[in-house]
Amino acid sequence: MTLIKTQYNRRSFLKASTAAGGGLVLGFSWLASCKPTPEQVLQMPDEWFDVNAFLKIGNNGVVTIMSPNPEIGQNVKTSMPMIVAEELDVDWNKVVVEQAGYDISKYTRQLAGGSQSISHGWQSLRMAGATARRMLLEAAASQWQVPISELTTDAGIIYHKASKQKMGYGDIASAAAEIEIPEEVDLKDPKDFKIIGTGRKNVDGKKIVTGQPLFGSDIYREGMLTAMIIHPPAFGMKIKNMDATRAKAMPGIRDVFTINTRPSAEGIQWSDTNAFPDLVAVVGESTWEVLQAKNTVSVSWETTGELENTSDHDTAMTAMLDQSADKPTRRDGNPEQAFKDAAQVIERTYSAPFLAHNTMEPMNFFAHVTEDKAELEGPVQTPEFLSKSVSDLLGMPEDKISIMLTRMGGGFGRRLYGNFGLEAAAISQKINAPVKLIYTREDDMTQGTYRPAYKVKYRAALDENNQLTAIHIRGVGVHGSPVMANRFPAGTVDNYLVENHTLESNVSTGAWRAPRSNFIAGAEQAFIDEVAEAAGKDPIAFRLELFDRAKSNPVGENNDYDADRYAGVLKLVKEKSGWATNTPGVHRGVSAYYCHNSYVGQVVDVVMDNNTPRIDKVWCAVDCGIVVNPEGAINQVEGGIVDGIGHAMYSALTISNGRAEQANFDKYRLIRNSEAPRDIEVFFVDNGIDPTGLGEPSLPPIMGAVANALAKATGQRVYDQPFVTHQKVLG
Amino acid sequence: MAVISLKINGENKSFDLDPNTPLLWVLRDHAKLVGTKYGCGIAQCGTCIVHVNGVAMKSCSIPISSVQNKSITTIEGLSKNGDHPIQKAWIEHDVSQCGYCESGQIMTAAAFLKDNPNPTEEEIATAMNGNLCRCGTYVRIRKAIKSASKIS
Repeated sequence: MTLIKTQYNRRSFLKASTAAGGGLVLGFSWLASCKPTPEQVLQMPDEWFDVNAFLKIGNNGVVTIMSPNPEIGQNVKTSMPMIVAEELDVDWNKVVVEQAGYDISKYTRQLAGGSQSISHGWQSLRMAGATARRMLLEAAASQWQVPISELTTDAGIIYHKASKQKMGYGDIASAAAEIEIPEEVDLKDPKDFKIIGTGRKNVDGKKIVTGQPLFGSDIYREGMLTAMIIHPPAFGMKIKNMDATRAKAMPGIRDVFTINTRPSAEGIQWSDTNAFPDLVAVVGESTWEVLQAKNTVSVSWETTGELENTSDHDTAMTAMLDQSADKPTRRDGNPEQAFKDAAQVIERTYSAPFLAHNTMEPMNFFAHVTEDKAELEGPVQTPEFLSKSVSDLLGMPEDKISIMLTRMGGGFGRRLYGNFGLEAAAISQKINAPVKLIYTREDDMTQGTYRPAYKVKYRAALDENNQLTAIHIRGVGVHGSPVMANRFPAGTVDNYLVENHTLESNVSTGAWRAPRSNFIAGAEQAFIDEVAEAAGKDPIAFRLELFDRAKSNPVGENNDYDADRYAGVLKLVKEKSGWATNTPGVHRGVSAYYCHNSYVGQVVDVVMDNNTPRIDKVWCAVDCGIVVNPEGAINQVEGGIVDGIGHAMYSALTISNGRAEQANFDKYRLIRNSEAPRDIEVFFVDNGIDPTGLGEPSLPPIMGAVANALAKATGQRVYDQPFVTHQKVLG
Repeated sequence: MAVISLKINGENKSFDLDPNTPLLWVLRDHAKLVGTKYGCGIAQCGTCIVHVNGVAMKSCSIPISSVQNKSITTIEGLSKNGDHPIQKAWIEHDVSQCGYCESGQIMTAAAFLKDNPNPTEEEIATAMNGNLCRCGTYVRIRKAIKSASKIS
């Protein structure tokens, strides 16, 4: 058992009270670190200590857990309450999970991003469950007049074996509310877990399959109007003037006007990323009426910046790949000399285009702004940032602004940027009515905030014994390079050089599932394969040699990975896939990657089907520490794999004269059912380490594994995504 | 404007609307049945699929005038208690991630199984190609349909 403190400097992370209608309510801060360092305390805002999640045990024994974390499909609405229920020791079937709203006074740090929800919440969720259990035990011990040490619990029932007494949590919950919060509590030994590590179904599963209103776009309120926006057709353009005479006369249309969501450059936050702060808003009674009116609005645009082209980006980035950076990001040994002395140099360049997030649910938000308050509701990953932006725009203090969160029809990073919430607020204020703003697919896809277009050049030097002596990586991307200098292969090679360039652009970019990794993993793992081939080594054996080097005699000090865990997933996937087996007609590719503190190793089997390569099976080994909910975890990993295959193979967003050339799914290709692997098998490393990220890590490496398997299947390497553009190779 | 009558989930309804209004927006805005989703508006993604006289169709691209007097089934009306074999299989296989595309997937799958009660995996994949799932749950979707085909 682990003893854990529930207080820091006499400030409790927990608050208890009697529930309305009887029972115990325990409030807790799901992100509170239980052992903050003095430095962390100095940086910690007061709100850090505030309650932002609730655990209620009713007199009827029903346990309700309010989960403050927004659900974008990573299943945290199921897995986070599982952690609380585990330490509380209750029957999972008696647990009800509710989504908490965003209230600036109560909830802080509600953010679903970076795959870190479980990892950050782990300790505090356990503490909350353990504390409530301890308080119930103390109340029971006092009622029965027995020592607390003689009490045990199981599935929500307290037992005193000696006197053969038992009672349900509900029977003692009201009394427990009077107990002072203990200063420290015991956590279970992970080997005693009964709920964590067992597969539990999505708590909203039934609501989803019966079409219940769960999403932002499902909001309908009394007197609510529907709004749509018109944004400039090209990056580098803004509204000059507008004629909406015809639209305003159409049935059901209330008004057409322009809004400016960025009246001043002051106080802009990263979450305000938006290429088009000036917009036309069309407001009316129903979606169809607004859609039709929108098409009749005549807007003239003025060009305020360069109208860029994907081909120009390509040319500029290619040129940058031939230039040294002013200062290398990392330099170990003497890479220049090593390349001069090399017996063999392998040089390859990789590229990938812009990608749109394309959540299935387009951007939308509800807002009702009146003189004295603003009520917002919808799918956003960063409510605390949106609240501040709305406050600045409306000139309204944040305590007058409430933001309720809905289930999100996909996120992938897009809903970190809440411009649509801000737009809904501006429109509601101007029309003086409750409004739901919805984007059409075209508005959504051509709006920007894209995964940046990237290029990277890898060089490797081998000596006459085929030993790797140097690696040189030079990366460039729109608004930033994808290369993370301290990740693998840093530490594995004596001479190592990383250089980064940035291409500025007026096309807006943002975080997209596994930022930077979503490109660099594929390039790196395809390159490592070619180096292994040049060195005459098996691709897995070659990678393992590199990890051995990083472990036994690492180069440099800031290597941002654990070589043992890295090698661990590779060995596991090697074993599970039967790597050594040679099945005729099956072409295999491998990759391994680390991001979001988790390690993933993958093997992909490609078969040729009528001269076209088809991805048959994927084997995936994951080290993300303790797996809270294997059912949901496997689903996340499978999804990341399909997502990664799809975007590497098929998807691209290109720009011509400032315009996105793909505006809907007729031109923008997403992976479809029959293109997904026939089967995916997922294996987890069982090491008892605290949980790490899972929403993102399976996506990046699959792009490399697929590239490697395709090379085997077709005899030709492709270096530029999307791979399907190489029709000659891929059929 | 025109008054158009149709049967939605067994109930007779009439709407006084522009006859070009897509069925999708009639269902969502006017019948307040929001289980049917908007995803693309051009019949490319399948989130809006409903049954029209038992046939799976993309409601974003069907003007209400063309379904006059026809019988529409939405996800809300697929079964009384959410216990259609496909719905049960969806829960059993824990298919959903974000959940947005699922009603379209389920409606497509339900109509498909009616026509082809014992499909191969390849037939399932091909039948489901009109339904995008951005979370990438395709493998589970196929497994759920396969197991539902065994039940029904």
